[in-house]
Amino acid sequence: MARCLGSVNGVKGVSMAETAVKKERPKHLNLAQIRLPLPGYVSILHRVSGVGLFLCLPVLIALFGASLGSAEELECYRATMAYSVLGLPVVKLLLLGLLWAYLHHFCAGIRFLLLDMHVGVELPRARASAWVVMGVSLVLTVVLGVLTW
Amino acid sequence: MVKRLAVGAHYGLRDWLAQRVTATVMAIYTVYMVVRVLSLPAFDNAAWRVLMSGSFTKFASFLFALALFYHAWVGVRDIWMDYVKPLSVRLILHVMTLLALVGYAGWVATILWRL
Ligand code: HEM
Repeated sequence: MARCLGSVNGVKGVSMAETAVKKERPKHLNLAQIRLPLPGYVSILHRVSGVGLFLCLPVLIALFGASLGSAEELECYRATMAYSVLGLPVVKLLLLGLLWAYLHHFCAGIRFLLLDMHVGVELPRARASAWVVMGVSLVLTVVLGVLTW
Repeated sequence: MVKRLAVGAHYGLRDWLAQRVTATVMAIYTVYMVVRVLSLPAFDNAAWRVLMSGSFTKFASFLFALALFYHAWVGVRDIWMDYVKPLSVRLILHVMTLLALVGYAGWVATILWRL
């Protein structure tokens, strides 16, 4: 719950140093009320995309295996339930979601690796690279989605 | 003294570093494969199979898979440690994650070497 504690600072006769120690820091534990700056979103989405990819690994490996089947095997796949399910728009959207997850995780991951090496840690550049990560992964997802739909 | 837990972090740089090394391996592989795929003569099953049956591609792909599984192990374990507090549940989740990833590695190996 967000509480406004700013008025504590206004108490007369208390020095700034004392208030700084006594002042209770506001705690925003309500996820819906937390406003993150863009790099914060890049970061949490990096975790979300990592988990999403992990959970979908069986699907991704199965698709990878199927894509490498021989011509006859592909003929057989086309007759299966699994293959017709793949054509459903919802499923295609889900796969596009995974594509976005990989792209975002990849771009954000490289950004983190650079930040770890102290490249672009100044706030303006870190903000700019966060925009680049969001932009590149979204645009590539849309472009590849349109090309492959 | 640091209180050590069997299912706690490894209190060091090793996993942090391993996650970054594996991330770099995967990033390089991704770029390499994008280039290889874009330079295929045709975007069909036959060309894709030829590309993937090259012995270097197999080697690199298997390396990517191993890097991915180690990377995901470190990452997912960190996440369980962040959100799952009861140690027994955490232990079960860690073991399940590890078993799944080892199984996936075998699965990928069979896909690659069937070609
Ligand atoms: C080119 C590919 C990849 C790159 C460059 C990359 C990069 C990274 C980096 C740098 C981290 C550490 C972030 C941190 O400590 O703040 C990380 C974490 C993680 N990665 Fe990846 N990764 C890649 C692929 C993958 C894949 C395919 C998966 C899924 C199976 C995955 C799952 C995770 C998970 C679950 C974490 C933990 C996230 C967290 O603690 O918030 N990564 N990745």
